[in-house]
Amino acid sequence: MYLYSITFYIFSLVAVLSALMVISARNPVHSVLFLILSFVNASGLFVLLGAEFLAMILVVVYVGAVAVLFLFVVMMLDINFVKLREGFLQYLPFGALLGIVLIIELGILFLTKSFSENSLSQFVQSPQINEVENTKLIGQVLYTDYFYLFQISGLILLVAMVGSITLTLRDRGQVKRQNISSQNFIDEKNAIEKKKIKLGEGI
Amino acid sequence: MIYLEHYLFLAAIIFTIGVLGIFLNKKNVIIILMSIELILLSVNINLISFSVFLNDISGQIFAMLTLTVAAAEAAIGLAILVVFYRNLGSIEVNKINKLKG
Repeated sequence: MYLYSITFYIFSLVAVLSALMVISARNPVHSVLFLILSFVNASGLFVLLGAEFLAMILVVVYVGAVAVLFLFVVMMLDINFVKLREGFLQYLPFGALLGIVLIIELGILFLTKSFSENSLSQFVQSPQINEVENTKLIGQVLYTDYFYLFQISGLILLVAMVGSITLTLRDRGQVKRQNISSQNFIDEKNAIEKKKIKLGEGI
Repeated sequence: MIYLEHYLFLAAIIFTIGVLGIFLNKKNVIIILMSIELILLSVNINLISFSVFLNDISGQIFAMLTLTVAAAEAAIGLAILVVFYRNLGSIEVNKINKLKG
């Protein structure tokens, strides 16, 4: 039980600190790397909760795809990031006030006694005997009850893929490309003629 | 002992950090997109902890859908960012009003 608490506090502390570093790092590459650290720690928390499949999906999708995409864009664009940080300190006092108010309001909501009858670690540490594993359970529900949602999420990904390709695809006019059909239908009059030329005479 | 409140409070802290990130880095679109990812992560923590607490797997399905939408949003956002940088040579949010039309 103590080990569970200690692991929870370590994971959540690192997640919160790296989330703070994401928004305050000077170099955006560092912020992307701290975002990766934050997501890895969150996936550790998901393992603690007993949601192993979601934890692995988080590592694969976020760290493997989204964070690398961010890193790619940050490194590809040549941006003066110092200029973009103007106004950070100017908004800091008001922003900190806003954050403190928000966290107090959210905290008050959770300090009510209605949730705290059962410990969450009891749910995780004493599983029922006939329990199927997490991945199997998700699969049983996802492909039956939530099948339409599953299909729609696939459609969303398709639309996102098509959208980002059409946005970034650039057609440069002056690039010469091979046109096979016009090569095949070439006229004999317009084509190049091959001639034998005697040495030293010319045409 | 770790109760449900611990997870909910952690999610609240990460959510606040995300909102603060949008507020403080007003000019840098990349940091704003990363803050949106942090906010969606806190939503995921909430969904999964409630799913475990209520012993109902639906919350994890919803968390998966949130993840899908977050990935799509990041892809489209970064594509818009790249096109914007190509046209204007900068990614300042102040100039984004030129995107209209």
